Amino acid sequence: MATLDSKIPAGPIDDKWTSYKDHINLVNPANKRNIDVIVVGTGLAGGSAAATLAELGYNVKAFCFQDSPRRAHSIAAQGGINAAKNYQGDGDSTYRLFYDTVKGGDYRSREANVYRLAEVSANIIDQCVAQGVPFARDYGGLLDNRSFGGVLVSRTFYAKGQTGQQLLLGAYSAMNRQIARGKIKMYNRHEMLDLVMVDGKARGIIARDLVTGKLERHAAHAVVIASGGYGNVFYLSTNAMGSNVTAAWKIHKKGAFFANPCYTQIHPTCIPVSGDHQSKLTLMSESLRNDGRIWVPKKLEDAKAIREGKLKPTQLKEEDRDYYLERRYPSFGNLVPRDVASRAAKERCDAGFGVNKTGEAVYLDFAAAIERYGKEQAHIKGLDENDAALVKKLGTQIVEAKYGNLFQMYEKIVDENPYETPMMIYPAVHYTMGGVWVDYNLMTTIPGCYCIGEANFSDHGANRLGASALMQGLADGYFVLPYTIGDYLSKDIRTGKIPTDLPEFEAAEKSVRAQIDTFVNNKGTHSVDYFHKKLGKIMWDKVGMARNEKGLKEAIEEIAQLRDAFYKDVKVPGTGEEYNEELAKALRVADFMELGELFAKDALHRNESCGGHFREEYQSEEGEAQRDDKNFAYVAAWEYKGKPSDAVLHKEALEYENIKLVTRSYK
Amino acid sequence: MKLTLKIWRQKNNQASGKFETYPLDGVSPDMSFLEMLDVLNNELIEKGIDPVAFDHDCREGICGMCSLFINGEAHGPDRGVTTCQLHMRKFKDGDTITIEPFRAKAFPVIKDLVVDRSSFDRIQHAGGYISVNTSGNTQDANAIPISKHAADEAMDAATCIGCGACVATCKNASAMLFVAAKVSQYALLPQGRVEATDRVLNMVKQMDLEGFGNCTNTGACEIECPKGISLENIARMNREFLKASV
Repeated sequence: MATLDSKIPAGPIDDKWTSYKDHINLVNPANKRNIDVIVVGTGLAGGSAAATLAELGYNVKAFCFQDSPRRAHSIAAQGGINAAKNYQGDGDSTYRLFYDTVKGGDYRSREANVYRLAEVSANIIDQCVAQGVPFARDYGGLLDNRSFGGVLVSRTFYAKGQTGQQLLLGAYSAMNRQIARGKIKMYNRHEMLDLVMVDGKARGIIARDLVTGKLERHAAHAVVIASGGYGNVFYLSTNAMGSNVTAAWKIHKKGAFFANPCYTQIHPTCIPVSGDHQSKLTLMSESLRNDGRIWVPKKLEDAKAIREGKLKPTQLKEEDRDYYLERRYPSFGNLVPRDVASRAAKERCDAGFGVNKTGEAVYLDFAAAIERYGKEQAHIKGLDENDAALVKKLGTQIVEAKYGNLFQMYEKIVDENPYETPMMIYPAVHYTMGGVWVDYNLMTTIPGCYCIGEANFSDHGANRLGASALMQGLADGYFVLPYTIGDYLSKDIRTGKIPTDLPEFEAAEKSVRAQIDTFVNNKGTHSVDYFHKKLGKIMWDKVGMARNEKGLKEAIEEIAQLRDAFYKDVKVPGTGEEYNEELAKALRVADFMELGELFAKDALHRNESCGGHFREEYQSEEGEAQRDDKNFAYVAAWEYKGKPSDAVLHKEALEYENIKLVTRSYK
Repeated sequence: MKLTLKIWRQKNNQASGKFETYPLDGVSPDMSFLEMLDVLNNELIEKGIDPVAFDHDCREGICGMCSLFINGEAHGPDRGVTTCQLHMRKFKDGDTITIEPFRAKAFPVIKDLVVDRSSFDRIQHAGGYISVNTSGNTQDANAIPISKHAADEAMDAATCIGCGACVATCKNASAMLFVAAKVSQYALLPQGRVEATDRVLNMVKQMDLEGFGNCTNTGACEIECPKGISLENIARMNREFLKASV
């Protein structure tokens, strides 16, 4: 297990996946009936994998902590899903999607995986349409597209501002069909708390029934982790309240390497924090940057007056506004990638141009779009294009049709009408590119243990492009894993049922029980959230959008201390044998406390800036990220050795044969 | 703001429940309703009292996990939002707020304000899908044009988040709006027409088996639905059902 073998097939990049599929071992249908697979998580990756594996004939056990697989957090994805269909005839291709993704990831992803992702992307759209996913269409009845950041084509398919919901409900419907056939056994309100290994292979899990508190043993021939990202290590993020790292962290502790934990995406357009009571942050889709223009006042005194409520943004003249993205990045403008847009917002706010009470907000303005659409509509309808009130009314209707649900969400939270006054936005933690290390087969360093979707590290490098998370989740689950796992399982056709009374199951269950007992018997004084918030603050202040050596060293020390304090002083009411949300939270936060430290350690070791990882020491004079390809063109995969501080670094060198490494520029 | 909260407490499915009253001070109008409950729970935990259990996850109105019957209304007094998007500015200083679980025979209480909505899942298992395997070899997504009107209507129906507000608010505890939304989404699309007959019959059958009541057209569900699912969907389902039955 000491060396990292990415198992990338030989041959030219555009032939690797096809020839791989032609040469792998298959399992015959009769044998598939005797093979069990566990899937943990039912988002786009887990849901699509569970459904597809069941269609193929495997016996699937699927687990989610929510009350239904339909609630997985993929549901909250708003803007869209990329696919190299080139329906718009604007020059898109598999290669271009591949290239954009590698470049967007700041040249820190694995070429072969990304190419495969681009290759299967078109199939995803076909599959989803066949499932009845109601993508947006134009008047001719064909599918519509929009643009997302970091690309120069329109390749994003969407269903209003609820694309994730519709794709997840598509995967959920495919699961339902298999649940009805008895091929998927669904375990709702269950949390995986440990991986069971027998003879060095993943052979099952220990899960806790969150309603009764009962610990259960589940055996299988392979275990698939699809439990999403770890953004909640920051406490405040756009993730759901329950999103956690536990399943991924448990396999890490059993031998799966954890890769690039410091690559975190801070999304530029979120609703700013309003106070200490805040429990989560709400994203405003990147699709809004198709039409919204981002700006702050040009003059410091105007910014100050706005913060004090003496001046309204709509009163500020055009020449007094600084459309800083359009100024700094003329060719991509408001559609630069997320990491670039986030840093630019932070830079302006740090310089004193922030526009809300806390000084941490910039404007996202639709006035220009409303006018543009309004004039277009007036022209189409043969009405007066110079009637300002009419133009505004018509333009508002178009903007409402495009983004209505997002505008409504903004209004409910902020209590301001975004059709009348610009939205206020600020960056927030959104997605984690890092995750469990996997090879080309999506298998972790534990034989028989796979990791898919956001939970793995594989496709987005140091920064993910918008509308690519949905693409990766479904690609992994529908089109990649079902092949790669078959090759592995073909060697298991004679194994027979895995019994759950093996000593390995006994030991794993015992250790889970011990951890639960520790928490419920602890006579502490503070709630789990109290500690989680403290962890989040350290992470945001010192391991957030900009990092430096001193801050990271402090963070590592502070997190270790906080972890000790947590175990000493956390208070978990109730028992382990009942519905107990505080206990569930404590078990999750315990893992965040370890991950947080490894995260900071990874950020400290990476002496360069790339994508979402920005080290203040490594920037150009203009404040752009400075990569160090000579020393850091590798995946940092960490091996667990007892404590995060003892984790051992393994490197997978990234070789670029099809794309030349250059400085990423969106100017 | 200072509030008085009357909250339904029930230890588990077997126990009988009752209202408990909790005073709560220091509530900001900018808090969401669930953040207000977080503050209460934090106080309860530090006092050694079992916190109030309630379902929630995404807290942005899309996962459908949060519920709550607030002052007699599913998802509270605001329109077009789930409880997680309801903000305390909709209440006044000194208010007494009554918080109950979604009540229906088909939604048994698990604990306090948490209910079991797996009956909704079982209705979906009965036919809430199009029978197509994953292959990568389905026809091209643009092979069948679908009129924008039909696609948009299907999308409007498909935005149902499965929260159960329609059931909780209906005097008959009917799930017709929920079932009709799924039936309509597929009925409106050519891909869904193939199995339309079996789907509507099977889903309605399961709905009845789960113990949901019938629809008497009061329209309360449409008003309380956080996603604005229209009653027209029920009419469409009735038509589909009739067509499939004769």
